[in-house]
Amino acid sequence: MYRYDEFDQAIVDARVAEFRDQVARRLRNEISEEAFKPLRLMNGIYLQLHAYMLRVAIPYGTLDSRQLRMLAHIARRYDRGYGHFTTRQNIQYNWMKLEEMPDLLADLASVEMHAFQTSGNCIRNISSDQFAAAAADEIADPRPYAELLRQWSTLHPEFSFLPRKFKIAVTGSATDRAAIQLHDIGIKLVQNGDGEIGLKVLVGGGMGRTPLLAHVIRDWLPVADYLSYMEAILRVYNRHGRRDNIYKARIKILVNDLGPAEFARQVEDEWARVKPLGLDPPPSELARIAAHFQPPVLDASAPVAIDLSDPEFAQWVAVNTHPHKVPGHAIVTISLKAPGEIPGDASADQMDLIADLAQAHAQDEIRVTHAQNLVLPHVRRDALFTIWQALKGAGLATANLDRASDIISCPGLDYCTLANARSIPIAQKLAVKLAPQEADLGELKIKISGCINGCGHHHAGHIGILGVDRKGEENYQLLLGGSGAEDASLAKILGPGFDENGIVNAVEKVIGRYQALRTGPDERFLDTYRRVGAEPFKEAVYG
Amino acid sequence: MPRLLTGNRVETGDVIWWTGTGWSLHLKDAVAVDADGEALIARFAPQERINDLALIDADATDAGWRPRTTRERVRAVGPSVRPDFALPSIPVESI
Amino acid sequence: MAETLFRLRSDAGHDGPAVALADYQPGGAAVRLEPADDARALIPHLPALARIDIAFPKFREGRGYSAARILREAGFAGEIRAVGVLYVDQLAFLVRAGFDAVLPETPFDAAVAKATLARFPHVYMKAADAARPVWLLREEAALAGRT
Repeated sequence: MYRYDEFDQAIVDARVAEFRDQVARRLRNEISEEAFKPLRLMNGIYLQLHAYMLRVAIPYGTLDSRQLRMLAHIARRYDRGYGHFTTRQNIQYNWMKLEEMPDLLADLASVEMHAFQTSGNCIRNISSDQFAAAAADEIADPRPYAELLRQWSTLHPEFSFLPRKFKIAVTGSATDRAAIQLHDIGIKLVQNGDGEIGLKVLVGGGMGRTPLLAHVIRDWLPVADYLSYMEAILRVYNRHGRRDNIYKARIKILVNDLGPAEFARQVEDEWARVKPLGLDPPPSELARIAAHFQPPVLDASAPVAIDLSDPEFAQWVAVNTHPHKVPGHAIVTISLKAPGEIPGDASADQMDLIADLAQAHAQDEIRVTHAQNLVLPHVRRDALFTIWQALKGAGLATANLDRASDIISCPGLDYCTLANARSIPIAQKLAVKLAPQEADLGELKIKISGCINGCGHHHAGHIGILGVDRKGEENYQLLLGGSGAEDASLAKILGPGFDENGIVNAVEKVIGRYQALRTGPDERFLDTYRRVGAEPFKEAVYG
Repeated sequence: MPRLLTGNRVETGDVIWWTGTGWSLHLKDAVAVDADGEALIARFAPQERINDLALIDADATDAGWRPRTTRERVRAVGPSVRPDFALPSIPVESI
Repeated sequence: MAETLFRLRSDAGHDGPAVALADYQPGGAAVRLEPADDARALIPHLPALARIDIAFPKFREGRGYSAARILREAGFAGEIRAVGVLYVDQLAFLVRAGFDAVLPETPFDAAVAKATLARFPHVYMKAADAARPVWLLREEAALAGRT
């Protein structure tokens, strides 16, 4: 875990003081809403349908128990006892009062947390692999590289008024759990023949109105040149990204319009100019940060074999744990997707419980996943039963990771002022209907967004659902064939949309046809779709 | 069609409705402003105390106002998925 | 307008009108860049220029931050003035990007401006101003600790 030094703490404390002053000026009417809105947005505060919403940054999705307890405290003290984990590995609170925000941000700062740049046209929270430092296929822990970016991008004087928001993801594994091909910039740690680490740089991916996969613009960037190269990319984007149309303002449009080769050439040209300016910190800075992320000392002689005689426990171990790189250990994913519940929501009591478990059994670490679940990354297998029992008592032991009821859903029209349709009720209905058969269906990723902005990642869903407004009525489009993983692809719309019950029936028909077409239990829905194409599913739904 | 004036209080973000003499947290207290709506917005906007001032269309029913759009019904009641927080203006299941 | 101009320079400065980039003649002392103008077009003329105005016609406009920084990187030491829809809370960003004067649509409150500029004790990244990034301060502290 990264720990703040005096510099980090001073910057976060100054931010709290600054915002306290800005809120006071707004409440005294010394500052108009027009001038204030961008200031509150840059502190993660939106005005939503029912109240203000606060988005707290969870850098690269990593928390310790002290921080998760603070998130629980905030839910109790300032909200209505719960929070919502998001597809950006952040947490949102839905019932915020502006006048209480400065105290809340001070509470957060006391545990080395903040809401810097969780909204606005700036560089957002850096996301990463939720299995960092635990996954067996990892080249190196991506989080030091993400922390370096967090610091570089915080209050950047040149890149705080970009054409549009800007999202960066970093991963260090062959298996892509961070959806790097769907980010404005994706960074993948790679290794050369000498065992040296470098960076592969992808640019121009994204979802939203114009979904596009990112292009590799550099196969190998020396780590020493990391930040100056990022400056070059951002400067080309800041100067040349479109500002005339909000829907064409993301970097993916610029990359697409110029072509990846020409975009890369412009970046290299800019980089040649900025590289000599001394923008890159010395290697000692990355080493200093990396020292905070030393892998925990785990007992490799811990027993691998555990008592799996309780079938419910055995099922949970099979579905919700992954192998850890150290023998005798496991990575536990805690599902926040109990069928019928709100995807990604956790109560303050649940957060406290998970914090206790992390402290007692998981090296004091918790991760947030972009699929809106939580992870205990370093768990001895002989502690799994104790953990499972505790989770079960709190409604957190649902064994459905990456299955049909593990649905990603944005808040939708129940909370969000941008939404055109509700997402959560669709997720609830589908989860309840599909849960009984999900073990047979295997991996199936359903993702639901309540508007074209795509916070629910519908374009990356094996089955995606997009809520739209049709003459004042909620209407849902069905998309098939997306993936946000290393085999990334963009889901395509199947045909005309449906109402709330219609979309649930349509998904059931798609799944029924998949079961008929599937070659065997190892063929996932996505594989079948890729093999047979959209037609059989179109026929099943509309035929 | 009747039009209601609504907005969010700057200090708290609360959804509020114009009652003819002041603001209420409850849709049931709203009055139709109809043709006066624009003038009221012109009066309140410069005071900078209410954000997102807007006129919304609603139908008068036996049970009170029913906003025309799902969005405004959700805004008036609360999240349809959290009936425990529902304001008493219209039944949450009728959103 | 004099009371609206917020200026961090102590020299007399150049008060003359700034001409559009398209109308600029070599030797002219003041020029104005619109957001889409290429700041690098001015590089051959920097020795003659005393003041460069950079326009911010909308709050969302951010290209001027890059333009100012490019001009400072090219060695320009004259006045760079931000002109347009700008709020006092943006002042630290502007100064770090290389601006040393602002002509906002509505005047800055002097006390708020002063507090804004003094707000952050440290910065994370190098920019166009003299502020030293924390990675440099950390390195110095580490070196001092070693001796």
